[in-house]
Amino acid sequence: MSDKTLTLYLAEYESAGACVHAAEKLRDAGYAAFDAHTPFPVHGMDQAMGLPDSRLGWLVLPAGITGVSLGFLMIWWMNGVDYPLIIGGKPAFSIPSMVPILFELTILFSALTAVFGMFGLNQLPRHHHPIFNSDRFASATDDKFFISVESSDPKFNLEKTKKLLEATHPTNIELVADKDDEVSEDAP
Amino acid sequence: MSSHNLPIKELGEVSLVAEGTTFKSITETVAVVTETKAPRGWWIGFLIAVNFTGILGAAIGYLIWTGIGVWGNNSPVYWAWDITNFVWWIGIGHAGTLISAVLFLFRQKWRTAINRFAEAMTIFAVICALIFPGIHVGRIWYAYYMPPLPNSMALWPNFKSPLLWDVFAVSTYFTVSLLFWYVGLIPDLATFRDRAKTKVRRLVYGALALGWRSSNRHWQHYERAYLLLAGLSTPLVLSVHSVVSFDFATSVIPGWHTTIFPPYFVAGAIFSGFAMVMTLMLITRAVYGMKSLVTQKHLELMNKIILLTGSLVGYAYAMEFFIAYYSGNDFERHVFIHNRASGPFAWAYWIMVSCNVISPQLYWSKKLRNNIAVSFVVSILVNIGMWFERFVIIVTSLFHDFLPSSWGYFRPTLIDIFIYFGTLGLFFTLFLLFIRWIPMIAIAEVKATLPEADPHWDPSHASHDDAHGHDEDAHEEPAAQPAE
Repeated sequence: MSDKTLTLYLAEYESAGACVHAAEKLRDAGYAAFDAHTPFPVHGMDQAMGLPDSRLGWLVLPAGITGVSLGFLMIWWMNGVDYPLIIGGKPAFSIPSMVPILFELTILFSALTAVFGMFGLNQLPRHHHPIFNSDRFASATDDKFFISVESSDPKFNLEKTKKLLEATHPTNIELVADKDDEVSEDAP
Repeated sequence: MSSHNLPIKELGEVSLVAEGTTFKSITETVAVVTETKAPRGWWIGFLIAVNFTGILGAAIGYLIWTGIGVWGNNSPVYWAWDITNFVWWIGIGHAGTLISAVLFLFRQKWRTAINRFAEAMTIFAVICALIFPGIHVGRIWYAYYMPPLPNSMALWPNFKSPLLWDVFAVSTYFTVSLLFWYVGLIPDLATFRDRAKTKVRRLVYGALALGWRSSNRHWQHYERAYLLLAGLSTPLVLSVHSVVSFDFATSVIPGWHTTIFPPYFVAGAIFSGFAMVMTLMLITRAVYGMKSLVTQKHLELMNKIILLTGSLVGYAYAMEFFIAYYSGNDFERHVFIHNRASGPFAWAYWIMVSCNVISPQLYWSKKLRNNIAVSFVVSILVNIGMWFERFVIIVTSLFHDFLPSSWGYFRPTLIDIFIYFGTLGLFFTLFLLFIRWIPMIAIAEVKATLPEADPHWDPSHASHDDAHGHDEDAHEEPAAQPAE
């Protein structure tokens, strides 16, 4: 098995429950580079895979604080210092009238970070992935449930991993290779 | 064990989708619309809508070329159809965000069948709305005065002006709605990519799906992003129409200068938006055979929201009137009694009251709530009524200025009419394109509401409904993410 080529086992299940149990088995066996592929997010799968809580909120909070601070600085500088406008006898720099814009900027910065932070954590867009070489994988966005175990996992072993996956009663198991690195290097 | 997605029959709950719906049938039902030839009705609707969009373009071109004198606006009615249309369209957009964000936070699973639809409507409605502040500035080439951009005059905008707040609120609203919609679309675009038979479809949907591989490691962050967006959009949607209402409420014009405006505008916005979702849903559902996914149950729930918000709006009308009387202020009283309830614009006021306050009261009857024809007619009436609400607020407060020497009347011109119906054309053009090419129902989200989406689902126990089965499940998924 070459180190360069990412190979993976792909096990297919008919139900969400079977997929969750398989994920629990892999987690308990100490696998790290495995994943579940389901047409919709399955309840309890995060715990079954032993995933920690998503860190996304820790990106969004500072972004929101940045939005409100930058907005404050902008309005203070523009209306309070650089071009003071006295309207309706109100002070040039007046905090109550800043609230709507500060609020909108907080939301804008947070929302942009929530979306692009999610893309960053998920490393998307990523149009090339060996898993797409499986013909059966198309139904992961339809009605089938999959578990993939990548060869980059230190515990990955062609026989043992297969045995472990077979014990979870999948309807199908296949070994998927990265076709694009292909032929010359290794044909196992 | 049972599934937590099963309806609890003891509470009178019914299934969210029709009998016999499976994961596969959901994918099929939604995807097939974009994979087969468009029905003749689609083409007819599309051609009509495109024609109206053309009229819109021509009328706007004429307006920019000539100036806003081509509208009926004149002293003392400086705001008329332009701002009426702006507020009307923005309001329609609000239902989409309400369905996608607020109902999500309240765990209202029935939203999954209509949220994609409603979010698309939001985006197209906001596009139509944004046209009006753009063109009503008159010299459109000065529109860049609105954002705080450095310029050679060394000027900055007036941040104390509610009109500037509006610029920030509406542009933030559009951006966030678009992001929310796109994030929701990614898994469904991946479904379309994986079903693609032609190279073009594979490339286009593939590019848009960003290489989504339904991975649970992705779902985890995805769901968190969705939850955060819902949490952010909820106060946002309330703020947007509040800010729109500040355009009026912070002025000193009798009829506008009221503190009830922000909640009243928000309720009205949700009311009109749900009516528009209902209108569109009834047509699309019938044309495309989506009745297994958008059931009578969904329509009834939407009608209940229309009843609730319609009654809120009716309360606001009454309270506004009462306060004008009770304040003892002559000008306030004049606006409400002589300019609205009677006088030259009384017809508009009473159209508003009959459409918005009286027509939704039919929905106290369960039978009428579940009647398709009634739902359709009421939804149209509410759309009309809500347009008149904004017209009444704007024009009847302006046409009688403080001095009788500055009393006038407002009549729309042909260009007013062209531009208004033109935006309807633009809206329907965008909407029909959406239906044709984009998954119009959130496939992944609807799947997650099926009983078999629950990992504890056991088909052998499907027949008998044991609500007790829940106890055991509950302990296993304490920190579980929302299923949608």
